[in-house]
Amino acid sequence: MIRFHAVSKNYPNGTTAVDELSLELAEGGITVLVGPSGCGKTTTLRMINRMVEPTAGTVSLRGRDIREIRAPELRRGIGYVIQHAGLFPHRTVLDNIATVPLLLGWNRKKARARAAQLLELVGLPHEMGRRYPNQLSGGQQQRVGVARALGADPPVLLMDEPFSAVDPIVRTELQAEFVRLQKELHKTIVFVTHDIDEAIRLGDHIAVFRTGGRLAQFDTPERLLAHPADAFVAGFVGQDRGIRRLSFVKAAEVPLRDGPVLPATAPVERARAAREPWVLVIDDERRPLGWAAVPELPQSGTLADASLLPLGPTFSLVADSARAALDSALLSPSRLAVGVDTDGAVVGVADAYELSATTVAADAAETEANEDVEAAGDRAGAGSAGGGEG
Amino acid sequence: MSDGEPLVRWQWIGDHAGELADYTGVHLRLGLLPVLFGLIISVPLGIVCHRRGWLYAPVLTVANILYAIPSLALFMIFVNYTGLTERTVMIPLTLYTLSVLVPAVVDGLASVPEPVRQAATALGFGPARRIVQVELPIAVPVVIAGVRVAAVSSLSLVAVGQLIGQGGLGYYITRGLQLDFPTPIVTAIALIMLLALTTDALLVLAQRLLTPWSRSKVTTS
Repeated sequence: MIRFHAVSKNYPNGTTAVDELSLELAEGGITVLVGPSGCGKTTTLRMINRMVEPTAGTVSLRGRDIREIRAPELRRGIGYVIQHAGLFPHRTVLDNIATVPLLLGWNRKKARARAAQLLELVGLPHEMGRRYPNQLSGGQQQRVGVARALGADPPVLLMDEPFSAVDPIVRTELQAEFVRLQKELHKTIVFVTHDIDEAIRLGDHIAVFRTGGRLAQFDTPERLLAHPADAFVAGFVGQDRGIRRLSFVKAAEVPLRDGPVLPATAPVERARAAREPWVLVIDDERRPLGWAAVPELPQSGTLADASLLPLGPTFSLVADSARAALDSALLSPSRLAVGVDTDGAVVGVADAYELSATTVAADAAETEANEDVEAAGDRAGAGSAGGGEG
Repeated sequence: MSDGEPLVRWQWIGDHAGELADYTGVHLRLGLLPVLFGLIISVPLGIVCHRRGWLYAPVLTVANILYAIPSLALFMIFVNYTGLTERTVMIPLTLYTLSVLVPAVVDGLASVPEPVRQAATALGFGPARRIVQVELPIAVPVVIAGVRVAAVSSLSLVAVGQLIGQGGLGYYITRGLQLDFPTPIVTAIALIMLLALTTDALLVLAQRLLTPWSRSKVTTS
């Protein structure tokens, strides 16, 4: 889709912004360019729409060298979102969003109708279209910026630190919204950030750049966390990458044991017989009620008579990741994470040590998957060679 | 001024109302056309100076030197070419506006936020279209601030043109001095001030109409 071939950008003062970059970005995914400041990530992004011209090498879009396309024309086909939205203060929100359609020569009515659709798509009320940008909050402006970039439904979207100028709460909200939007739109997105967490949260692929404009690693977030190419990447990814990796393991893959789980109707003797310090008490629909500390149980009666400690957060085997499971283990009074199904019924429990085994399992699965991908790649290669004349 | 002569004889003003109106019209033309011409010169000049930063300092120096030349001297120079006509007054007045209007255009363009400029480029505005549709509209408030200064000073400078017989309401000032008669002088000064204030108010209004976006942070829609 977007291909960099031996691309360099040198400035007359001798600085090298990008050094011999070769990179191929797949269609329909989010590629995040990440790295410390001065690593050439923004320069790389801007070479895609010719806001920066490379000194050497070629950038191609869908197989076509972008230098063959007149810059303004090329840019109208590529959405662009920048850090401080960069909305036109003299135009209403609706006209801001209609910018590219108007540049493409659509009539005003059609362009505005399209803009109204996009306003709704990014979750802003219809009336906001009549306002001017300075009447909007930072987060709202950024949404309008995204809507404007989508104006003519471009297949490619470039985003230069789009969420870094808003406060953390709004940022998280915008990121979630962005993920939702991408599920709907399937754009090919190139996203620049200096925030590795954001990169891991949003990227299908991540290109880590090091100072001097060199690509350090290009990989999926999972593999970046599991196998950083070198000390620089490992350092950049951060010390808690082990925990972050768990985000990519589905909770369903977590090994659970039946554990000390007893219904509230069970007599306390049964809890003692389990020879565990903690017992998870459930109701008759297997929904968890709380933890009973075995040494503090009353002499007789049922578990319903015992005073229970609050459950702490449970994790859903359907919706959560192994990271949520680990979190749930660490916050539980018994240090055991409670896994529940869609109805909230207990499926099993696991402690932090058992949860950490999932990374090992993930590694094994990954190795297997890679072998599969390589094999598939070989087949695809053979296929395309065969279909070359078509 | 002779003793006993009042500052204003209302009778005189009433008698000369038609003539005063004519001279007021001439005064407006002599004062405001140079501002318009000045703006027509300053916009492209300002754009070039904004694009090529190194040009701005020499251009501004020349504009300021022109402004420093006494109007009398300029009138005398242009009389040789354009005679005792309105043009001889309007050319120097046009040149004078440049020292205010060129910086106003340059500052106005500089007031366009960098992200806005970049967004415009990235969305596919060509350079000319970007200037006309994005940068100049955003520069309007700063440019109009300059136009207000230029217009008021130009309207008051017109009177000097009376030295070559083209001074608009300035006519009444020399006339009053010659006749030792204060009424026309006071009337002319009052009318010139009124013109300046009205023009300024209209420019403020024009700015509000042209740039509804530059006001009010919050509106209820």
